[in-house]
Amino acid sequence: MATVNGIGAAVTRREDQRFLTGRGTYTDDINRPGQAYAVFVRSPHAHARVAAIDTAAAEAAPGVIAVLTGRELAADGIGGLPCGWQVHSKDGTPMIEPAHPPLALDTVHHVGDQVAVVIAETREAARDAAELVEVDWDELPAVVDATAALAEDAATVHEAAPGNICFDWHLGDAVAVDAAFAQAAHVTRLELVNTRLVPNAIEPRAAIGEYDVATGEHTLYTSSQNPHVIRLLMGAFVLKIPEHKLRVVAPDVGGGFGSKIFHYAEEAVVTWAARRIGRPVKWTADRSESFLTDAHGRDHVTEAALALDADGRFLGLKVSTVANMGAYLSTFAPSIPTYLYATLLAGQYRTPAIYAEVKAVFTNTAPVDAYRGAGRPEACYVVERLVETAARELGIDRAEIRRRNFIPASEMPYATPVALEYDCGDFAANLDRALPQADYDGFAARAAESARRGRLRGIGFATYIEACGIAPSNVAGALGARAGLYESAEVRFHPTGSVSVFTGSHSHGQGHETTFAQIVADRFGLALDQIDIVHGDTARVPFGMGTYGSRSLAVGGSALVKAMDKVEAKAKKIAAHMLEAAESDIEVKAGQFTVVGTDKSLGIAEIAGSAYVPHRFPLDELEPGLDEQAFYDPKNFTYPNGCHVCEVEIDPDTGVVTLVAFTVADDFGRVINPLVVEGQVHGGLVQGIGQALLEHCHYDPTTGQLLTGAYTDYAMPRASDVPSFRVDWHEDVPCTHNPLGVKGCGEAGTIGAAAAVMNAVIDALASRGIRHLDMPATPHRVWQALRDAAVRPAA
Amino acid sequence: MPTTITLSVNGRPVTRTVESRTLLVQLLREHLGLTGTHVGCDTCQCGACVVHLNGRSVKSCAVLAVQADGAEVATIEGLAAADGTLHPMQEAFRKHHGLQCGFCTPGMVMSAIDLVRRHPTPTERQVRTELEGNLCRCTGYHNIVRAVLSGAETMRGAGDPGAAAAAD
Repeated sequence: MATVNGIGAAVTRREDQRFLTGRGTYTDDINRPGQAYAVFVRSPHAHARVAAIDTAAAEAAPGVIAVLTGRELAADGIGGLPCGWQVHSKDGTPMIEPAHPPLALDTVHHVGDQVAVVIAETREAARDAAELVEVDWDELPAVVDATAALAEDAATVHEAAPGNICFDWHLGDAVAVDAAFAQAAHVTRLELVNTRLVPNAIEPRAAIGEYDVATGEHTLYTSSQNPHVIRLLMGAFVLKIPEHKLRVVAPDVGGGFGSKIFHYAEEAVVTWAARRIGRPVKWTADRSESFLTDAHGRDHVTEAALALDADGRFLGLKVSTVANMGAYLSTFAPSIPTYLYATLLAGQYRTPAIYAEVKAVFTNTAPVDAYRGAGRPEACYVVERLVETAARELGIDRAEIRRRNFIPASEMPYATPVALEYDCGDFAANLDRALPQADYDGFAARAAESARRGRLRGIGFATYIEACGIAPSNVAGALGARAGLYESAEVRFHPTGSVSVFTGSHSHGQGHETTFAQIVADRFGLALDQIDIVHGDTARVPFGMGTYGSRSLAVGGSALVKAMDKVEAKAKKIAAHMLEAAESDIEVKAGQFTVVGTDKSLGIAEIAGSAYVPHRFPLDELEPGLDEQAFYDPKNFTYPNGCHVCEVEIDPDTGVVTLVAFTVADDFGRVINPLVVEGQVHGGLVQGIGQALLEHCHYDPTTGQLLTGAYTDYAMPRASDVPSFRVDWHEDVPCTHNPLGVKGCGEAGTIGAAAAVMNAVIDALASRGIRHLDMPATPHRVWQALRDAAVRPAA
Repeated sequence: MPTTITLSVNGRPVTRTVESRTLLVQLLREHLGLTGTHVGCDTCQCGACVVHLNGRSVKSCAVLAVQADGAEVATIEGLAAADGTLHPMQEAFRKHHGLQCGFCTPGMVMSAIDLVRRHPTPTERQVRTELEGNLCRCTGYHNIVRAVLSGAETMRGAGDPGAAAAAD
C-alpha cells in the first residue's frame, strides 16, 4: 500500500536542506590534517616530445615539498590508465590501446596532457612553483579533426595506431541493406556533424589522496560517479593496491553527466604522491583544466542514407560514422560510438535492414567518452534528421511518416536488426499525447502570424528511444565490457526499527536519498526520516557499479527491491514464530505482519527488535539480525522512449533562433517521484538544446589549441536562452523485466532535444531552400545559410 | 604583502591576515571554513561564488579579500534563521525542486535574493535575464525560475526588508 511518502509521491528532496544551507560536502570542501596541495604541469602543445624536464628551480621554490614526473612514477612501477571496454574491428583484430601513463613520459598527445606534479604547502606555492618547471618540448605535427586524421598525410598520433585508426567496426547486414536500397522508390541522404561537447559539470573535478603508514591503508576522496569502479581500476591496474587497503569516497558530487564516470590520471597521482611524501595531497581542477582534461562528448562525422518505398515506408538504413576518440582511450570510450550508438539506429521504427560502420580515430585532443546520452543522442540525431528530411522530400506530413513506420505496441517484444530486443513501448501513444499539447494543428496559423512580422517559424519532432541500464553482464562481456554491470544494495534494519540502505549507485544530483527512501517507505510503511540512504564510500557500501546510463533506479532500485524481498521473507519467518502461526498464514502489508483472519499482528520494528534481541526468535532455523544484501543483474536493457516537439522562430535579419515552445511526452515506465523526474527531463532538454543552438568545443585545426577553453568562449546555456517546458508522461507501459517496472529518465531529455530543435530550425528555413544545417545553429551560421540560399540560383 | 583586515561575515566580526592576492572566496572557504560558497570557474562566469557584500550580490572570485575590509559579507550559511528555518528563497528552491547537484545553488540563491531586492515583482523574462551570471548544468533553469518567482512572492508577503528596499 502506498504511503504518503511512497512510490509516486512528489516528495521534496531530503538532500536539499544541506545543499540550500551551504552544508553540502564536495571534495574540495574536505581538508585533511597535514594536507599538501598538488598542481599539475601540463603540455601547452597538442603533440610534442618531452626532451627534458628541469625541476630544480621549482624544487627550490618556497613551500615546495616535491616535484614528481613520469620518471618517478615509472620507477615506482605505476601502471597506465586502463580502458574498460574492448571493441574488435571488422576483421576480428582487437582495437589499438595506446599506453596512457598518469604522467606522460616522453611524448604528450594533447594540450593539457600532464607531465609533472608540484606538491607544496599551499595551493598558491604549488601554482607559483609549477611555473618554474622547465620543460624542453620538441613540437610534433598534430591533427585534431577526425576525418583529417584519416588522410594519408595526416600526422600520426600514436606510432602503435597506423593511420590513426583505433578500430574499424560494423554492425548489421550490409547485403540486406544493399538489397533494400536497390528496390527503393526514394533515398534520402544526409551528411551530419555531431559536435564535440564539453560536459561542464559546475563542480570541477577534485581529488585528495591519503595514506596511513600505520595500517598501510590508502584513501582517495574524488568527485566520481562510481567509487568502486575507480577503486577497481586504480587499485588493480595503476597503483597495484589490493582493494582491502584502498578506500574510495565520492562525497557530494556537483554534477557529472558522464564526465565523472572515468578514472583520471590525477586520482592516481595524488594517491601515489600521498604515500610518497607521507601527507595527504589535494588537487582541485580550475575550470581551464576541466576544459582541457575532462573527457569530452560526441564528435562524430556521419554519412547516412534512408531508403523508402513510394508510401514513405522505411526499407533500409545505411550509416557510416567517423568517431573521434581523442588522444587516449578513456575508460568506456570504445563502447560509446559502437554498442551504445549503432544499436539504437532502429529508433522507434520497423526499418527491416540496417548496416552501420564506425571508424574510431585517434587525434591530438582530449579523450572523448560518455556524455549524457552517450551514443544514443548521436543515433537519435541521425535517424530523426533523416526521417524529417525524407518526409519533406516525399511531401508526407512528419507526424504521419512516423505513424506509418512505428513499431506497433502489438509487436512487442520486438527484435531490431541491430541486436536489441525492445521489451515494450507504445510509440504512437506518445505522439498522440504530444501533438495536441504542442497544438500541432494550430501551427500553420502561428507560422502565418510570424510571417506577418517578417519571422520564420518552424516546428520539429524527435521520437527517441534509448537503451538504459546496460546488461546483462554476460552479454556485455561478450561484446567487450571488462566489468560487470549489475548493482548492489543492502537493507539493514536496526534494533529499534530504523533502516540504513546501502546502494552501489551514486547520486550527484539525481536525488537517490529521497527516491530510494520512498521505495523503502512504501514497502515497509515507514516514515522517510526512519530511512537513511548511504552511497559513495567503498568502506561502507557493497561493491557497486555507480551511476551512469540512467541505470540507478532500473538496476540499483531493482537490487534494493531484491534486498527488501529477502528482509521481508526473513521477517515473515520471525513473525510466524513470534505469533505462533504457520508462515503460510502470515499476511504482509506495508511492514505489518498479520495472522490471516485475526487481529494478531506485528510491525516490522517489533520484528527487527526481536531479530537483534533474539529471545522470542526461531534460533534453530534462522540467524539473528535483519540485514540483507542483494545483487541484481538485469535481464535486458530498459527502453525509455518519447516524443519531443520543438517550435522555433527565426529572425532572418539577424539569424537569431528563439525557442518559443518545447513539448515532451515521455514513457519512463513507473515513476517514483514526479518532481525529480520532471527535473531530470528539464535538465536533459537544456543539454540537448545547448548542443543544437550554442555549444561547440573547437580546437584550432593546425595548432591543436583549444579555442573554447573557458565559459567566455564556450557557450553554456543560460536561463535567458531557454523557455519553460511542457513535460508529460504516461505510466501505462511499465518495463516488463524489472520488479519496479521502471525504465530510467536521466538522459531522455538530451537524447531527443538536439534532433527536435534542429528539425524545427530546418523546418523554419525550408521555405528559403535550406535542407540542412549543422549544429550549433548560431545566429552567424543561420544568417550565413539564409544569405547563401538567397544568392544561390534556383535548382 | 600580508594585510590584516576586519569585516563582518554573517553578522560576526572577523579579523584575518591575508595576502594581497587572496580572493574573497578564498578568505571565506579556506580561512573561515565557509565552504558553502563554491568555485566553478576562473573567468567570473558561473556565479557559484556569489555572496552579498554590503547587501549587494558580488562574485566573490572577483573581489580581493582586502577590498572587503570593513564590509558586511553575507553567505549562504547565514541565510537561514538560528532555529534552522529557511529563508523564503531557500524554501522556494526546495519546494519547486530548483536544485539537483546543489553546487550552483548557494550562488543561485544569493543572486535570486538580490534580484528580488531590485525587482520585487519580477516577470519570468526578468528572472531569466537577471540570472545570466549564474550557470546551472542540472536543472535546465525551469524550476529555478519557478522557485525565484515563488520566493519573490513570499518575500513580498513577508515584508522582507530586502524586498521593500527596492532601491534601483
